[in-house]
Amino acid sequence: MTEFRLRRTLLYVPGNMPSMLQNIPMFDCDGVIIDLEDAVPYSEKDAARVLVRRFLEGWRERNKEIIVRINPLDTKWALPDLQEVLRALPDGIRLPKADSPEIVERLDTLLTEFEEELGLEIGRFKILPSIESAAGVINSVKIARCSSRIIALAFGAEDYTASLEIERTKTGEELFHARTRVIWAAKAAGIQAIDSIFADVSDMEGLRRETELIKTLGYNGKSLVNPRQIDVVHEVFAPKQAEVDYALQVVDAIQRARAMGTGVISLNGKMVDAPVVKRAVRVLKTAKAHGLIDMELDEEVIYGEK
Amino acid sequence: MVKNSLGRLIPAQFNGQDLIPYRDPFSLRPQGNVAPRPLRRVNAGERKLLGSIREAIEAAGLRDGMTIATHHHLRNGDVLLGLVVRELDALGLRDIRIASSSVHPVHAEIIPFIEKGVITALECGVNGPIGELASRGELDCPIIVRTHGGRARAIISGQVTVDLAFIAAPCCDEYGNMNGFFGPSACGSLGYAHTDAEHARCVVAVTDNLVPYPASPISIPQTLIDYVVTIDSLGDPRKIVSTTTRVTSDPVGLLIAKYASQVIDASGLLRDGFSFQTGSGGISLAVADHVRRMMREQKVKGSFGCGGITGYFVDMLEEGLFQSLFDVQCFDLKAVESMGRNRAHMEISADMYANPFNAGAVVNRLDTVILGATEVDVNFNVNVNTESNGYLLHNTGGHSDTAAGAKLAIIVAPSIRGRLPIVKDAVTTITTPGETVDVVVTERGIAVNPKHQELRNELLRRKLPVKEIDQLQQEIYQITGRPRPLEFTDKVVALIEYRDGSIIDVVHQVKD
Repeated sequence: MTEFRLRRTLLYVPGNMPSMLQNIPMFDCDGVIIDLEDAVPYSEKDAARVLVRRFLEGWRERNKEIIVRINPLDTKWALPDLQEVLRALPDGIRLPKADSPEIVERLDTLLTEFEEELGLEIGRFKILPSIESAAGVINSVKIARCSSRIIALAFGAEDYTASLEIERTKTGEELFHARTRVIWAAKAAGIQAIDSIFADVSDMEGLRRETELIKTLGYNGKSLVNPRQIDVVHEVFAPKQAEVDYALQVVDAIQRARAMGTGVISLNGKMVDAPVVKRAVRVLKTAKAHGLIDMELDEEVIYGEK
Repeated sequence: MVKNSLGRLIPAQFNGQDLIPYRDPFSLRPQGNVAPRPLRRVNAGERKLLGSIREAIEAAGLRDGMTIATHHHLRNGDVLLGLVVRELDALGLRDIRIASSSVHPVHAEIIPFIEKGVITALECGVNGPIGELASRGELDCPIIVRTHGGRARAIISGQVTVDLAFIAAPCCDEYGNMNGFFGPSACGSLGYAHTDAEHARCVVAVTDNLVPYPASPISIPQTLIDYVVTIDSLGDPRKIVSTTTRVTSDPVGLLIAKYASQVIDASGLLRDGFSFQTGSGGISLAVADHVRRMMREQKVKGSFGCGGITGYFVDMLEEGLFQSLFDVQCFDLKAVESMGRNRAHMEISADMYANPFNAGAVVNRLDTVILGATEVDVNFNVNVNTESNGYLLHNTGGHSDTAAGAKLAIIVAPSIRGRLPIVKDAVTTITTPGETVDVVVTERGIAVNPKHQELRNELLRRKLPVKEIDQLQQEIYQITGRPRPLEFTDKVVALIEYRDGSIIDVVHQVKD
């Protein structure tokens, strides 16, 4: 089983803004994407990566996943970005313009070299590839499987629509196929899928609608451009009370089943087996992250001893 | 010089008056009676309408060394105080004290008359340039900063005698009946003017909207008004609403507001009969927004909203979330408009709002108040008067009054402003004593006054980021560093009077 980690909300924070970096610990997003790419003007690339390294080094009690978006590998900034920030031990790298598996493999190799140099466990640094062009969408199936470092595919609708020479709309019909393909690619590879940003910070209803859509499609979360968007996305991803109640019944039933030495049991006339339990556990873990329930889930009781 | 109970050095006298050092928020008892004022007789057929402010000053018999007052309901749009001071000068009057309810940046126009000796003392707090100049030692004019309740107390007790009160009256008849609801300069409540009308030795209504007798409804009645004067305009209505009246969009402010509302939820006070006050700042309004949602969800029927009233509170009243509003001052035009038509939206005087020396003020009935701060210290003392540069820039308002009265006084402030820490070892100036402050909410954590262990435990149970206040301070200092202390001279430029009249702190001239 892959590690369960909530990635409902990955908040972009510009790497060249000290006042914003210092607020990162306060917001309750699941992760941050500290940006060295688009948010940082050319003249500030050097300063920003030093600032980011210092910020990360000084932040001792980390309470969320830290991903750094470096500049694309075909720019002169990518390597210095890695050299500077990896020393401060972010959790992963968001790779822009991950249009092909080869690009991601190149980053994988670079990360391995840095891990060796820094004396770190190989595979420590994760990769979050940005699928943000027509080529990226087409290649997403291979990209999702090209490195064991990949935790999720991140769909980037702004660059994607630009690559198609079309406008991005609020309703997002133009994104539908790409979104679905990225989901298939990710889920088939057993990793998560993160949806694109929603740029209109003042339109909370629009954000809510889009989040409901991508949750229905199977996305695990969204990239965000403003902390104000966190609560809305968390609300959408919060399990409903009825879902939680049912999941609790399922877990209770399967525990009784395990005690009886079986892996299947009937609950309210319906069969409870592994996929049902798996979904229930996922609901409960999410519910716990939302503070809706306060319980420890004993995996051995639920899934049986290995 | 003696040290008050908070360790601040208080001179024995200031501008010729003996001072009482602050001891604690609740125990000082008043002596004596309400101050007397002259009886008067106006017979049938006598007219009150005078031709000009100058005539009114002459009719009142104002002499050198006396005290005048205006109210600040027109805020930064007020022209009356400036007009009056220019007339005082033209009449050759000198050594006049101003005991207005507040002075705003627009009143920088009186600075030349302070320099000239027309005005020689301010028996009231100041917002803006006058305080800054005094702090820099460039203006010689002793200032006594009072709370809203404290000003009412000072006038009613006779500590301050107002010889001549000018009341800007947006809707007034020729016999002096007035309200603030209608007219081109409508400002809503006349809460601060009531005390002046009832206690000044002579009272002049000034209006730009003279209506046929009788004005209706009547906020301040004819029986208290000696003269009526008409002028072209009381002020610039666009500047009457000078405060922020929008919910903040700053993510840090929103986070603070969310925590503050969670504290209210955890306090157990949010139940039928709930009473609430919040200011007009962006964070306060964001808290009000959360409170409104929680009241809806939990089907709470509140008792009253209080204070400076915004359109937000009007909406909550109309939605049925509150039974009524107590309005000492309207913060926006929606509140003004509501007062004119909704009897549940009630005007109250500053005396009823917050005076500690009467038979019980509205603040005593408050469950929760949300308050701001320029600084907070590890003893929960709050500064709202001076900024980090040491300049006296803000009046106290109802800050200390509501903190003392409310069951739960919550301070909301960002932990860092600019590059400066807001939670400090010791505040530059103590406005409100820590004993009356219950919770400090910043984006970096929530500090609960140690006297509320139960609330603290409940917040912890709800997984809110509770921190000891010195821990919070250390965390902030780790980011900002320890600011170099300000340097002051020995000269006291202003007193910070606590609501009961004792002196909680003084403001010194800043060293260059």
